[in-house]
Amino acid sequence: MSNPFNPPTIAGAAEAGSPEAAVLEPARRWRRLRQRFLRRRMAIIGLAFVLLFLLLALMGPLVAGDPSEQHFDAVLQGPSFAHPMGTDDLGRDVFARIAGGARVSLLAGVCSTALAMLVGVPVGLVAGFYRGWVDPIIMRLNDVMLAFPFLIFAVGLAAILGASLRNVIIALAVAQFPAVLRIARGEALMLREQDFLAGAIADGTRDAAIIARYVLPNSLNALIVQATVAIPAAIIGEATLSFLGLGVQPPTPSWGVMLTHAQPYLAQAPLLALFPGLAIALVTLGFNLLGDGLRDVLDPRSGR
Amino acid sequence: MHGDDDSAVLEVTGLKKHYHSGSRLHGGRHVVRAVDGVDLTIGAGEVLGLVGESGSGKSTIGKCVVRLTVPTAGTMRLLGRDISSLSRREMRPLRRDVHIVFQDPYSSLNPRMSVGEIVGEPLRQHGEGTRRERDGRVGEMLERVGLRQQMRLRYPHELSGGQRQRVALARALILGPRLVVADEPVSALDVSVQASIVNLLLDLQRDMGFSCLFITHDLSVVEFISDRVAVMYLGRIVETASRADLFKDPQHPYTQALLSAAPVADPASSRRSSRIVLTGDVPSPSAPPPGCPFHTRCPVAVPRCSTEVPPLVGVTSAEHPVACHLVTPEDGGPDASQGEVTSVHHPS
Repeated sequence: MSNPFNPPTIAGAAEAGSPEAAVLEPARRWRRLRQRFLRRRMAIIGLAFVLLFLLLALMGPLVAGDPSEQHFDAVLQGPSFAHPMGTDDLGRDVFARIAGGARVSLLAGVCSTALAMLVGVPVGLVAGFYRGWVDPIIMRLNDVMLAFPFLIFAVGLAAILGASLRNVIIALAVAQFPAVLRIARGEALMLREQDFLAGAIADGTRDAAIIARYVLPNSLNALIVQATVAIPAAIIGEATLSFLGLGVQPPTPSWGVMLTHAQPYLAQAPLLALFPGLAIALVTLGFNLLGDGLRDVLDPRSGR
Repeated sequence: MHGDDDSAVLEVTGLKKHYHSGSRLHGGRHVVRAVDGVDLTIGAGEVLGLVGESGSGKSTIGKCVVRLTVPTAGTMRLLGRDISSLSRREMRPLRRDVHIVFQDPYSSLNPRMSVGEIVGEPLRQHGEGTRRERDGRVGEMLERVGLRQQMRLRYPHELSGGQRQRVALARALILGPRLVVADEPVSALDVSVQASIVNLLLDLQRDMGFSCLFITHDLSVVEFISDRVAVMYLGRIVETASRADLFKDPQHPYTQALLSAAPVADPASSRRSSRIVLTGDVPSPSAPPPGCPFHTRCPVAVPRCSTEVPPLVGVTSAEHPVACHLVTPEDGGPDASQGEVTSVHHPS
């Protein structure tokens, strides 16, 4: 047999890739991430929406006035200079209530999702990474929880826990937990078959480091997408719970309460339902755009 | 090369890896004998080529040797120390002496890490040096595998297959291991790139003096790179010999068939005019045939082959063990091309 491999040549630039015109100096990771983020216009718009509502939530009454102040001489008014979004059936300023409601809605949406992620992601990653006997036990329990529709589960929990914002957050977090766990586990299951994980084991990497440095970063795409879907769902969930009297109690405003409160007046004052609905839609949009941006920025594969 | 040439870097005896398939609930639980009693030795600075068809168990041996999987039975001595039953914690300090290069460079590099981080990861895990020192060694290693230092800032998706495999090689070698398991490191690459990677591996091997278990199904690569060759069939080694011996005097009928099937660059000059065509498929490793595992496809099998397992022993020479009943000290191996039904003569 003659041999197709000729005498050793110094393996070289034959396939050494495109000429590197601009190689970044060893820059700080954060600076690089920030630059990548700032190149994405939609992500910045998303961030702006989220920051706007966050600001509103933090200093609502300061900018917009007292959300509970009633003016019975000016009920169900349209937008005016005094009341930029009009007034409701008790003469309360809708803009003040939107601003005040931002606090409750954002707290319910963000905190419950964060809580669900904080618990669901580690449990899911561990179940998927180790398999063994842990996985089926966790997953069957999870199936039981998943068998209940999200809202029914949350309503049931809130009814047991009692009506308060804290309990709404807990109920929504528990209701979201199974979906988060499932996604995290699925990612870990897929990643554990990848050679680079075997390579990490061959390095002598500890399991905790493998999960933190290999499995988690590679699951981020799916988890961020899940979070951007979960936050708006939790905001709506809070609205439902409050509508049923299981959430925040009057007179504390929340977008959900306002929406349901506007229902009887849809014919007389359609704008009353428009503004809280718009607020929910814009926050949702904001989180979605921000989430997409973050996903792209954190994934080295998605261009500059 | 190292001074302790006589002591083996890796000594595997009676290695078995069985997998269970099917579920207990559904009655039938099969045992798949991926590796079924393998002995092999790799000396210091030696390159052992492990050849066999897909499913013959060669990758499983590689995984056992780097302890990515726990062997069912047998011992594996790495630098004299039995690693076959070490826990992951006990194995950790030994991992600087052995590393692996995988077949698919697209799945063997963490897409979230830059090339510099990927190559430096073994150093980091073993707590070697400061960050700055590690960076220096990473840069050095990248240059040794033929990549520019600036490549450290790139991410795997920005590299070609050949470049990725260079990164994988740099990563495997950065701790200066005594043994490298190369699991089909070039079979996922373009043929044009294969040669450059094989040459690079060979250059580095001569330079750094590590031993190498080179797993492949490509005979021309094996002939180019190996000092010694082991041929696997159905979870067992059927023949081991130095490269020159094996290609000059293949004794096992399976080896003969393999060699006769390999494409030759210049067919006209080839003396071998007949190709041994094996019929049938490789038997399932969950139901291996009794006796010699190859007898179902062997063109020269005799009745004894289906009852008695031939041991892997040196008949013609101690350095050339063959697992075949028909090898005799006088005549060497049987001529598989003389088999009646399965040999095809090419007119040219």
